Amino acid sequence: MARHVIAPVDELPPGTRKFLEIDGRPIAVFNIKGEYFGLLNRCPHQGAALCEGPLIGLAQSKDPGEIEYTKLGEIIRCPWHGWEFDVRTGQSYCDPRRFRVKAYPAHVEPGANVVKGPYVAETIPVRVESDYVVVEL
Amino acid sequence: MNIQFRESSEAASPLTAKTAIADCDIHPARATRTELYPYLAKRWQHHLEIYGVHAYQGMMEGPPYPKAQPNASRRDAYPPEGGPQGSSLSFMQTQHLDPNNVQLGVLNPLNAGQGIRNHELSAALCSAINDWQIDKWTSKDKRLKASIVVGNEDGLSAAAEIRERAGDKNFVQVLLLSRNVEPLGQRRYWPIYQAAEEAGLPVGVHAFGFGGNPITPSGWPSYYIEEMVGHSQCQQSALASLVLEGVFERFPKLKMVMIEAGFGWAPSLAWRLDKAWQRLRSEVPHVKRPPSEYIREQVWWTTQPMEDPERREDLFDVIKWIGWDRLLFATDYPHWDYDEPSRVLPPGVSDANREAFYLGNARKLYGID
Repeated sequence: MARHVIAPVDELPPGTRKFLEIDGRPIAVFNIKGEYFGLLNRCPHQGAALCEGPLIGLAQSKDPGEIEYTKLGEIIRCPWHGWEFDVRTGQSYCDPRRFRVKAYPAHVEPGANVVKGPYVAETIPVRVESDYVVVEL
Repeated sequence: MNIQFRESSEAASPLTAKTAIADCDIHPARATRTELYPYLAKRWQHHLEIYGVHAYQGMMEGPPYPKAQPNASRRDAYPPEGGPQGSSLSFMQTQHLDPNNVQLGVLNPLNAGQGIRNHELSAALCSAINDWQIDKWTSKDKRLKASIVVGNEDGLSAAAEIRERAGDKNFVQVLLLSRNVEPLGQRRYWPIYQAAEEAGLPVGVHAFGFGGNPITPSGWPSYYIEEMVGHSQCQQSALASLVLEGVFERFPKLKMVMIEAGFGWAPSLAWRLDKAWQRLRSEVPHVKRPPSEYIREQVWWTTQPMEDPERREDLFDVIKWIGWDRLLFATDYPHWDYDEPSRVLPPGVSDANREAFYLGNARKLYGID
């Protein structure tokens, strides 16, 4: 599993996302309330660029008339047909048994860790004293 | 290094279909509120500013924003130069026509002047949108063909508009909507069918409309999802009316296209009609043959929203009844329930049927070489 430095942390503040292509694969990396998540940017239903959709919450109901709205900002909704996936896990809420989006671990590493190894991205000037968002795939 | 950064994910999106296709339901939009003014007499421009348009029902603008997605459209379909989805030819080319290898695209403008209570205004707006379709779309991209939008509630002015456009190769069909003041088979609409038959143009009936009736036969529903399935109920009523009022009998060369309301319901509607007709034939003696015969001979169906049953054999059974020569592929671009060309047809279809489904049937029906 290779690691890829994708941005200094201050370029990916909470609530934002970054699109990139790694080894020919379209990837989106999200910062949700300070946590980082990577997803394959392709809807398993009909292939839309999934992460162009809005981040919404999860509406659930135990009984008609009772609506619970949770996971605010953690559900990605496909820009085409509205299928919903959990950004944390890639799980589908329409048909979890058949459809799942590939999730890639993403996290922050200090510059001291990323300057020396295979992590360095040429497009990002890396400084030892900064922190960087790293995605694994 | 193997990482490429992008501002948006656009370049990585959809798998491109190599198969050449016809897209029989594309929705062009106006970039601005006043974009039709150059095609409208001053009298109507002023009328619009002073009085606006009065429909037979509320919510004239159609999709109350945002209806599942903004403007009921794909969220990734905003043109880079601004304006609503579907309002930019160059972006439509880049995002849809080129990558999906669309060789024929049939334009169906919505909110285009139909179903307005002032029939003169309705006729003027429909005529304006037809001029606009030529200017902005079909004259600039030869793959695109327009539908003649007509003031549907006034059969005579609608027929006049059809006759004026007849023979103009920019147009390939007449456009009606499924929700009208009365069911579509009734006499007030007959001049439309007569003019279309004379012009050799199919009449497309697109789901939606502003007739003032609720989308379901049992009243106004609570949810958008009910409206989505209501379109097929509405279309069934329209088709039953066309058969039972004798439209197909009276205009035997008329071709109808049922647009955006599914087709899985076609066999059961035809079976029920046939059964009732055997018992009640004397009520409608002008319907001389079993209803299913008219439907199979004079009706075509666009595919979007494509039926997606669990067992693909069920889909093939329905298509076998309808006929592989009767389906017209459509995406509904740029709307959110868009069907991706490479993903809609399950495996197990012969090459000849695939070609007919994606392109051949449309070329034949619309007379495009």
